Amino acid sequence: MAFREYRIGAVMFGAALSLSMFITLVVPSFNIFSVGSTALALEKQLTYGFNSGWNPDDMFLTGANKPLKVLLKQDPQTDAVMEPVHAYVFPANARFPSGILHPKVLGAGSDVLSVEQGKINEASEAQGAVFLVRSGEHNGKAYPYIENVSATRGWSPDAVLKVAGDANTSHAGAGKTIFVREGCWWCHTLLPEQTQDFQYFGAPPYLGDFNGESPTTFGSDRKAPDLLHVGSRNSSKEWMMMHFFNPRLVQPHSIMPRFDYLWGKTDANGDQIDYAAWRKEFVEYRNGERVTPPEVPNYRSDSEIRYLIDFVLNLK
Amino acid sequence: MLMKYLMGKNEDIPPGTASIFFSFSAIVWFIIGTGLGSFNAAKLAFPDWVTGFEFFAFGKMRQVHVMAVIFGWISMAFAAAMMYITPALGNTKLWSEKLGVWSCMNWNIGLAVGLFTLWMGMTSGREYSDFIYPIDLILLFGVLIPVALNVWMTIAKRRTQGIYTTNWFFAASIFMLLIVLLVGNLPEYFHLTGLTEAYLTWWNAHNILGLWITPVAAAIAYYTIPKITGNPLYSHRIGHLHFWSIVIFYSTPAAHHLMSAPLPEWLKSFASVEGVLILVPAIAFVSNILLTLQGKWNMFVENIEIRFTVTGVLLAIPLNMQGGFQQTRSINWYIHGTGWIVAHAHLALLGFSTFIEVAAVYYGLQVLMKRKLYSLALANFHFWMLLIGFSIYWIAMTIAGLIQGAGKIYEVPYIDIVVAEHPYMIARWFGGTLVFLGNCVWLYNMYMTAREGTPVPAGRMVHELAYER
Ligand code: HEC
Repeated sequence: MAFREYRIGAVMFGAALSLSMFITLVVPSFNIFSVGSTALALEKQLTYGFNSGWNPDDMFLTGANKPLKVLLKQDPQTDAVMEPVHAYVFPANARFPSGILHPKVLGAGSDVLSVEQGKINEASEAQGAVFLVRSGEHNGKAYPYIENVSATRGWSPDAVLKVAGDANTSHAGAGKTIFVREGCWWCHTLLPEQTQDFQYFGAPPYLGDFNGESPTTFGSDRKAPDLLHVGSRNSSKEWMMMHFFNPRLVQPHSIMPRFDYLWGKTDANGDQIDYAAWRKEFVEYRNGERVTPPEVPNYRSDSEIRYLIDFVLNLK
Repeated sequence: MLMKYLMGKNEDIPPGTASIFFSFSAIVWFIIGTGLGSFNAAKLAFPDWVTGFEFFAFGKMRQVHVMAVIFGWISMAFAAAMMYITPALGNTKLWSEKLGVWSCMNWNIGLAVGLFTLWMGMTSGREYSDFIYPIDLILLFGVLIPVALNVWMTIAKRRTQGIYTTNWFFAASIFMLLIVLLVGNLPEYFHLTGLTEAYLTWWNAHNILGLWITPVAAAIAYYTIPKITGNPLYSHRIGHLHFWSIVIFYSTPAAHHLMSAPLPEWLKSFASVEGVLILVPAIAFVSNILLTLQGKWNMFVENIEIRFTVTGVLLAIPLNMQGGFQQTRSINWYIHGTGWIVAHAHLALLGFSTFIEVAAVYYGLQVLMKRKLYSLALANFHFWMLLIGFSIYWIAMTIAGLIQGAGKIYEVPYIDIVVAEHPYMIARWFGGTLVFLGNCVWLYNMYMTAREGTPVPAGRMVHELAYER
């Protein structure tokens, strides 16, 4: 630093960069931290759990340690029929989302209600817990909040899963991990744009829809339809099955890759899936040598495709 | 030989070794990166082309291509240029040749491991910071900090009085890169979520481009053009303007990548205004370089390194015109998320910056190995393969983007857009493949230069010698 100018220059450089970081990081963070959650943000956190990208609890992104979303029509303690509710079940050792670990993430109002009325700070990851999304009032204003029904009503994860049954259980949380791992977001966005294109794709999200979600996978390069509300446009599980096994079965011009490998080795009956034979028959069908396409196998209830389809159909 | 250098004494390693290793690594990663790009493009044009292999699915390979070209090709070429140009401008040796060789080896290994994990689906799910954070930390501490140290110490120990423009850019940019990677990955280290995560993802992505790739590429041009033409830099004052406006304007518009996302409106407007101000460093840079060429424009035709560099600089003009204006609200709503942006990104990375770095690698390798380029004909072939391949790619993707934009605002059924884009997807694949093939020829040419290039006599500069082939 032989010259005084260089010392001055270095100081100015530091000052300029710090100012820029202050404006682009510190100031917006006040704004972003003060955003309160919408009910959707609470539902998403409880559906997806701690993190859907790589994290030490799920190193290979298999969807391990994720919560389950169940549609509950009976009280798990008394078996009495009740108004159906969505309950979010965290089996023992499933990681809680940010909002439960740090209620502040939920935003003003929701945090107080979730702790005072929802008792979320009594939930323990080691034992697991069941949560509901409720709405309540704080200082005369309505806020959504999270209720830890394991603490308030004594519902245990196992009991809830049992009365709900597999048919009413959604693995959307594990499915989001598969969505991240398989790179669906390189083609599909989860962000109908605020300006123009949401009449078909549905409403753009609100500021408060993301509290506690990670990663948000908005997607930047849209080569395919936006999926934020795809479950409202198309809720057919059969269509999804065919489309994922080979998109060209339902949409001959599609450029979407096949995701047949998510079925795994065996189908719902435990029989080996013969992919080579399937592909051969598909080529025959495409070449007009067969009238009907080969049958898409039914998936196992613990297959990755099940998780993924649960996730997609949950995008309402 | 590698072992000898890794374990040997610093004094025993010939000057330039680190830069030579980095240059050849960069070329190899360029081939891998563009090869992956071509493969991915083929998947988009012909989705049933390779099926049955989970790991050849588009969604698993797309990010591997991006990270290979950014951290393999572009950043390694930068490291090669830094390890060679920084000491040359300081009239000294590299601070530690040994540390340089180690950085190069760590970089290759770290990147290979990183790309492999990414390919296996282990991703953070955040664009441009896709690597899982342990890999980020390895690259940061095992590679980038050592490279930075080498650059800073070489500048501190220089034997000239002043510091030339290129060297302030190098020193500052690598510092900014370290900060950007540290801050940009905070959501992964500390599990920050929601809009914070979304915003920091794009803060990181924007600043890697704006504070690392753009200024370092420009800094290289500030060296190669005066060095090879023999003209002094047109104006150091304009160089100052360029430097300070990069620091001040280029570091702020991160939010313009999320113009139609739910972020605070003031932030988006602020980012958009700052985004237009990117034109200040851009115009300063381009005019400075083009004015430096006064009286030497014949070299644009006659000298391959100048041709590459100036082509890169000329490509910076449309690049910055797009960059300045496409992020304003009045244009962004039309082209956001379409192939237009993909074309723009390739204009920046494959157009502007790659052409400048290719020149630096051509020139640096000849100087350091003291050998004249093996074949001018092959170098010309490489140039045209890159330029034609890139142009086909860029034009195809820009048109595809405009089609997508129209489809987006008129909300036509999406499949119609897919059908309309199909010819452009084939063109994109074709253009990308030309780039890939050109690079294979380049590697051969440089390998042959190392083995059979005519030795440059002591005291002569490589560009003074005539080509033999
Ligand atoms: C190469 C790009 C690409 C990838 C990767 C991709 N898709 Fe698609 N996807 C498309 C295209 C193009 C369409 C529209 C044509 C069609 O229906 O197949 C589509 C359609 C869809 C649809 C129907 C949308 C609607 O509006 O009805 C769903 C659901 C879907 N994809 C889910 C996924 C999921 C989940 C993944 C990841 C496992 C994925 N896609 C990966 C390109 C892709």
